[in-house]
Amino acid sequence: MSEPLLQVRGLAKHFRLKPRKLFEKPPVLKAVNGIDFDVEKGQTLGLVGESGCGKSTTARLVLRLIEPTSGEVTLDGVDILRSSRTALRALRREMQLVFQDPMSSLNPRMPVGVSIAESLRFHRVGTRAERHDEARRYLEVVGLSRDYFDRLPHQFSGGQAQRIGIARALVLHPKLLILDEPVSALDVSIRAQILNLLIELQAEFGLTYVFISHDLSVVKRVCSVTAVLYLGKIVEIAESAHLYREPLHPYTQALIQAIPVAQPGAKSVSEMGALQGDVPSPIKPPKGCAFHTRCPHAMERCRQEQPPLLGVGSRRKVACFLHEGA
Amino acid sequence: MTPAIEPILRVEDLRTYFNLRTGVLKAVDGVSFTVEPGKVLCIVGESGSGKSVTALSILRLVDAPGSIEGGRILYRDTDLLDLSEAQMTDRIRGDRIAMIFQDPMTSLNPSFTIGEQIAEGIIAHQRVGGDEARIKTVELLRLVGIPHAEERYHDYPHHFSGGMRQRVLIAAAIATEPDVLIADEPTTALDVTIQAQILRLLADLQRGLNSAMILITHDLGVVAAMADKVMVMYAGRVVEYADVETLFSNPQHPYTKGLLDSVLGLDAPADVELHSIPGLPPVPVNMPAGCSFRPRCSLALDVCAQSFPELREAEPGHEAACHAVDAGLARS
Amino acid sequence: MTDVPHLGRPRRVPAFLETFWASIVVFSRHRVSFTALIFLILVALVSILAPVIAPHDPYVDVGWRNSPPGEDGLILGADGDGRDVLSRLIWGGRISLLMGVVPTLAAMLASLLIGVVAAYSGRWADQVIMRVLDMFFAFPIVLMATVVAGILKPGLATVCIAIFIALIPYISRLVRTTTLTVKNEPYVEAARSAGGRGWEILSRYIVPNVIAPVIVYTTTLMGFMIVLGSALGFLGFGVQPPAADWGTMVEEGRVVLRKAPHVSMFPGIAIVSVALAFGFIGDGLRDALDPRMRGR
Repeated sequence: MSEPLLQVRGLAKHFRLKPRKLFEKPPVLKAVNGIDFDVEKGQTLGLVGESGCGKSTTARLVLRLIEPTSGEVTLDGVDILRSSRTALRALRREMQLVFQDPMSSLNPRMPVGVSIAESLRFHRVGTRAERHDEARRYLEVVGLSRDYFDRLPHQFSGGQAQRIGIARALVLHPKLLILDEPVSALDVSIRAQILNLLIELQAEFGLTYVFISHDLSVVKRVCSVTAVLYLGKIVEIAESAHLYREPLHPYTQALIQAIPVAQPGAKSVSEMGALQGDVPSPIKPPKGCAFHTRCPHAMERCRQEQPPLLGVGSRRKVACFLHEGA
Repeated sequence: MTPAIEPILRVEDLRTYFNLRTGVLKAVDGVSFTVEPGKVLCIVGESGSGKSVTALSILRLVDAPGSIEGGRILYRDTDLLDLSEAQMTDRIRGDRIAMIFQDPMTSLNPSFTIGEQIAEGIIAHQRVGGDEARIKTVELLRLVGIPHAEERYHDYPHHFSGGMRQRVLIAAAIATEPDVLIADEPTTALDVTIQAQILRLLADLQRGLNSAMILITHDLGVVAAMADKVMVMYAGRVVEYADVETLFSNPQHPYTKGLLDSVLGLDAPADVELHSIPGLPPVPVNMPAGCSFRPRCSLALDVCAQSFPELREAEPGHEAACHAVDAGLARS
Repeated sequence: MTDVPHLGRPRRVPAFLETFWASIVVFSRHRVSFTALIFLILVALVSILAPVIAPHDPYVDVGWRNSPPGEDGLILGADGDGRDVLSRLIWGGRISLLMGVVPTLAAMLASLLIGVVAAYSGRWADQVIMRVLDMFFAFPIVLMATVVAGILKPGLATVCIAIFIALIPYISRLVRTTTLTVKNEPYVEAARSAGGRGWEILSRYIVPNVIAPVIVYTTTLMGFMIVLGSALGFLGFGVQPPAADWGTMVEEGRVVLRKAPHVSMFPGIAIVSVALAFGFIGDGLRDALDPRMRGR
């Protein structure tokens, strides 16, 4: 097998918070706490989890929009975290981000065409006229009219704004696109349009995606491999089809169980709400397995030791003592 | 459905318009429905379909430039549109009809403890003393599943997680044992495991109180799990109205069909292209004559450009507003 | 897709002119603000053209002392020295408008620099800048004028410098908080992740979005600064007799308030109406500078 396009090893980010009392040791929020994954060229990795699981932080660490506490990120053989500032700026062409809220990710005072052309301007590509032509072309690539160039973001609907966000990311011909909840803010009928567009573009441009979402049904549709995060760690990673058919980690099981099914009588609310309690605070994560406070199968050992992420069968890893040595 | 139950709330031909500089935005344009005690009506639609404005109109909470231009909102034979503002505040809002909003953070006052906020409502509506209200509040907090209720009484909203805050709001809403509960996207801001908990709580409480519930959502999965009846809205109008099994098994309106087809089921095969409805929902300002869904509709006829289709019974207890259905073209 | 109404016509004029025109269209929708703007333009024109328009020499007595409006052919009457109130009002407008507008604009520019630098530099520089500003905050403006007047002489420059210094902490604070908000907007992160350099992001993403609320705030301050400048004139820090700004004129009329109220009243009305006009213009600008209001 060829070298993966993106390799992440031991990535961690610990935010030091302000002390709440005088002389108190500043609390540390372990947003991302040592995660590893690979993404093959042309594939899509899904990062799934609830709020506070560290999925958006992971995206920003991979892009080095925030500096990690430790870890390694390699894109196409280049170590991103040890690149100089200038080298990093050049590297930004290779990896782009698409945001959850398309409207606020566009400068409200800048015509959308200029916003798209900006990416090219940052990297001194072509003349102004060429850049604007390219921006017009990319408006068409994402299914909008090239005449929209001069309009301001507020003149567009959410779905159109997300198309513009995608055009802005694509105009630099990146290898890797990180999609941070790209359809969560959109209406149901528009959501499918954008997902179809993303799938088409991936085939057309040979893109590699990291797709971040809290919505398993969306991730299942677009991702070849899915990683489930809980409190800054990967608890299960497997090929999507496999993961959904037979989830191994109790958290993955609960997550899938909680999704309502659009078919009356198929799943009652009491069947959905099996999992009790809230996600614990990442400032004071539980000792042992972070999930033990909500886990229906928690054992004494889970309260003491942290289960390592181990391979189960082929191409699947689970961090749970129930599946240790399986 | 058992038609024997008298509706507790009957909305007839409700029209709520917003007078904008660019024209009149008909956010709600001739909407009629009923809700019965112990039943759940789900209002489904995308942003801008008028589902939230419908809810706000029932409580007469529509702010300028919006106003209720016509229709009747009958609660036990009283037209709420005839009541004075004082009567609405004293007798209806947060008393007989209670509302739960989408964003549990902004619906709570950050400067008061959650206990105080719930107790205040109880004192105002039930004319009880402070001590009694406090005891009742703790009971309510326990009922909605907040652990250590006595201690959490004294906590401020920012001490709570999103799911816990939504529980607090639900506790406040059911404090007066309302006849009608209106929940506007109550779980949209929550994580999926928390959403499941809150939906279960809402369903249990609603059944326990035998209240009528109006649940507004865009998630057809939530509809399937919660609804007895479903009303689909598009551009300020009702396009389909049926009980839940009928709507999912035999949808009539092309928009409803499109919505159902674009649901990403977990069981659906992954390699089939996702169904999507082409185009965008319109902004209902200065709408031309004809059906507002026509530009996105694959079944559009000539007549669709001329007149808006009336809501007609496609089969007993199942109404749809579509010329193609009327012409018998939509049978699938 | 035909969902967004088409704006039509390909662009023939530069983008900034189009933006400017769009802003004016939005502004003109506010009738009160628009009227206030016309009123201010008229007042400014009259002041600028004082040598031509003023019917009399403002420093020479042309009528009876304190003669009431309409007598001796003086529309607004004469003051305690028999000088024409109307002519003095027209000449005084020059000074008062200058005091209101120039130091405030200068303070806005200085504050933009200070506020953005504070918000953009690290925690230490930010702390130092803000604490120094806090010190100036604590200084009453009258005391400031006294200090400046002690160094320079009382006069127009003294009042302008005092106002300039006094305003910087206020506007800088607004600039700083706005910058901190804008800095965290996703579109700034988007520009960063696309490879934008620091100064590119500052000039094309931060400043354009910070400047609008600052302009609105500064405009409303201008009216207030005319009142403040008048107060400083009233206390004797301003221009020296026989010249007079509106505040000084009010002061001059104070001694004859009972028998000749018109001497104080007309400059008073001028101060209040011009200050109000600035306030109304600020309201209109708020919308005019909001891109979301355009093209609707």
